[in-house]
Amino acid sequence: MAFLEIQDLKKTYPAPGGKAVTVFESVNFAIERGEFVCIIGHSGCGKTTILNVLAGLDTASDGVVVMDNREVAGPSLERGVVFQGHALMPWASVMKNIAFAVKSKWPQWNAIQVQTHCQKFIDMVGLTGAEHKKPAELSGGMKQRVGIARAFAIQPKMLLLDEPFGALDALTRGTIQDELLAIVQATRQTVFMITHDVDEAILLADRILLMSNGPRAAIAEIVENTMARGRTRHDIHHDPQYYRIRNHLVDFLINRSKQVQSGAADRVAQPPTVRPGLVAPGDAPARAAANVINLKH
Amino acid sequence: MSLGWLKSALLSLLFFVVLVGAWHLATLPKGERAAATDEYARLLGKGAKKSEGFPTPAQIGETIVKNLSEPFYDRGPNDKGIGIQLAHSLARVGLGYLLAIVLAVPLGFVIGMSPLVYRALDPFIQVLKPISPLAWMPIALYTIKDSSISGVFVIFICSVWPMLINTAYGVAAVRSDWLNVAKTLEVKPLRRAFQVILPAAAPTILTGMRISMGIAWLVIVAAEMLVGGTGIGYFVWNEWNNLNLANVIFAILTIGVVGMALDLAIGRLQKLVTYVE
Repeated sequence: MAFLEIQDLKKTYPAPGGKAVTVFESVNFAIERGEFVCIIGHSGCGKTTILNVLAGLDTASDGVVVMDNREVAGPSLERGVVFQGHALMPWASVMKNIAFAVKSKWPQWNAIQVQTHCQKFIDMVGLTGAEHKKPAELSGGMKQRVGIARAFAIQPKMLLLDEPFGALDALTRGTIQDELLAIVQATRQTVFMITHDVDEAILLADRILLMSNGPRAAIAEIVENTMARGRTRHDIHHDPQYYRIRNHLVDFLINRSKQVQSGAADRVAQPPTVRPGLVAPGDAPARAAANVINLKH
Repeated sequence: MSLGWLKSALLSLLFFVVLVGAWHLATLPKGERAAATDEYARLLGKGAKKSEGFPTPAQIGETIVKNLSEPFYDRGPNDKGIGIQLAHSLARVGLGYLLAIVLAVPLGFVIGMSPLVYRALDPFIQVLKPISPLAWMPIALYTIKDSSISGVFVIFICSVWPMLINTAYGVAAVRSDWLNVAKTLEVKPLRRAFQVILPAAAPTILTGMRISMGIAWLVIVAAEMLVGGTGIGYFVWNEWNNLNLANVIFAILTIGVVGMALDLAIGRLQKLVTYVE
C-alpha cells in the first residue's frame, strides 16, 4: 500500500431544484513517501476541494483517503498546509506566526526551544532578519515564504500546497520555486501541490495529475516526469524531454481536458500513466496509445 | 505637516475668538432694561443678582475659575463641587460599562461563533436595541429600589448593545483562512478563541466599546437629571433650578471635555489592537 491512497473520491454539492451537482468522482491516485506530486486542471474541477479533503478541512461525499495506513478524518498536525493567500495572522510577527504552529505541535516545549526551532525554519526560507516584522511589512513573496516555513516547521509527514505562488510575480515565483525544490529535496518531504503553471509542475513534480474539466471531473491521466531529479530552472529547458512533456500538458489543458469530460461515462477507475518525455519527436501522433501504461497497485 | 497643523490651530483659535466675541456682544448689559428689572426686583424684595439675563463670556470665565479652584467641596446634598459630581457620574458609567463588557463580550463570542444562537437571539436584540435606555428607568427603580444603582443599570443596558453586536459581528467575520490554519494545527478551542479569534476580532470589538462609551456618557446626564442626588446630570438640573445659567454652561463644557477624554482613551486602546492586513 502506498503512503497516501485516495480511493473513489467524490464530491457533490446540492443544487437548486433538488438535484446534486457532482464536482468530481472516481478520483483514484496514490502518492509514495518522498514523492512530489502536482495536480493541474482548469478552475472549477475541484482541485482545491481534493486538497481540502486531504487536509481534513472538507469532507468528501464518497470515497476514502488513507495516509500511512490510517484514514484521514479531520485536520491533523501530520499534514502541513500552505494556503493560497498565505493566511498569516496580521497581528503577529513572522516569529510569532511560526511559533503559533510550533507550539501547537510541541506544547511541552519551553520558549527557548520554540524560538530556536522557529529560527531554523526562518533561516531556511531566507527570512533571517525579518523575524520581528509584521506580515503587512513584508512583500508577497516574503509572506509566502513565511507560510512555507510555518508548514515545514511542524515537520509534517505530508505537505499540501494550494497554488502557493499564484499571486506572485514571475521573478519572485522562480526564486521561491528554486528554494522550495531545494528544501523538499533536502528534507525528502512528501508534497501534494495544486498549480496552474505548467512549467512549475514540470520543474517541481515527479508526477503530474491531469484533471478533466468539471462538473463530474476526474483524474484523466498521470504524467510521469521522466527528467532526473536535481533539475533546475536554469537548465531544465535544455533537456529535449522538457518540451515533449510541456507540449503534452498544454495540449491536455487546451484540447483534451474537455473531451475526457464528455466521454465521462466509460472512463476507467484507475487513470493511465503516460511518459511523454520518453517519446521520440517523430511519433508524436502515436504517443497517446503507445505510452499508456496501466498502473496496477 | 507641522505647518498644516499650525494653520489649523490658528484657524481654530480664530473661530474661538469670533464665537466668544459674538457671544460677548450679544450679552452686553442693556442699561434701561437692567434698571427696570432692578426696580422690579426691589419691589419683589429679591436681590437683583440672578436676573441679569444670559451670562457673558467673562462671567463664564469667572465661574470656571471659581468651580475649578475648589472642585471637591461638599456643603450638603445640594451643594457639592464639580469634582465630586463628576466622580459620581464616572463611577456609575464605569461600573455599568464594565458590567456590560463582562456580559457582552463573552455572549457576543458565543453568538458570533454559532449561527444557530445568532438566529435565536437576533429577534430579542433587534427589539431591545432601539429602546431608549431611560425607558428602563421605572422598571429599574421598581426592581432595584435604589436610584444610584438604577443609574448604573441604565448605563449597562445602553452600553451592552453596541458591544454585543460588534463582538458578534467581529467574531463571525474572522477570516476562514485563519480558522483553517488553527484547524490544521489542531488548536484547542480555548486557545483558538484567545489567540486567533480574539486578536482578529479585537478592532471590531473595540469599535463597539467606543460607540458604547459615547452613548453611556450621553445617557448618564439624562439619567442623573431624572434620578437626582448626585452626578454631573443632577448638577446641571440643580443649577437650572437655581437659575444659575453660568454654572449650567460650565457643566455643559465639562461634560464635553470629559466625553472627549473618554473617547480619546478608548481610541488609544483601539489603536493598540488594530492590525494592517
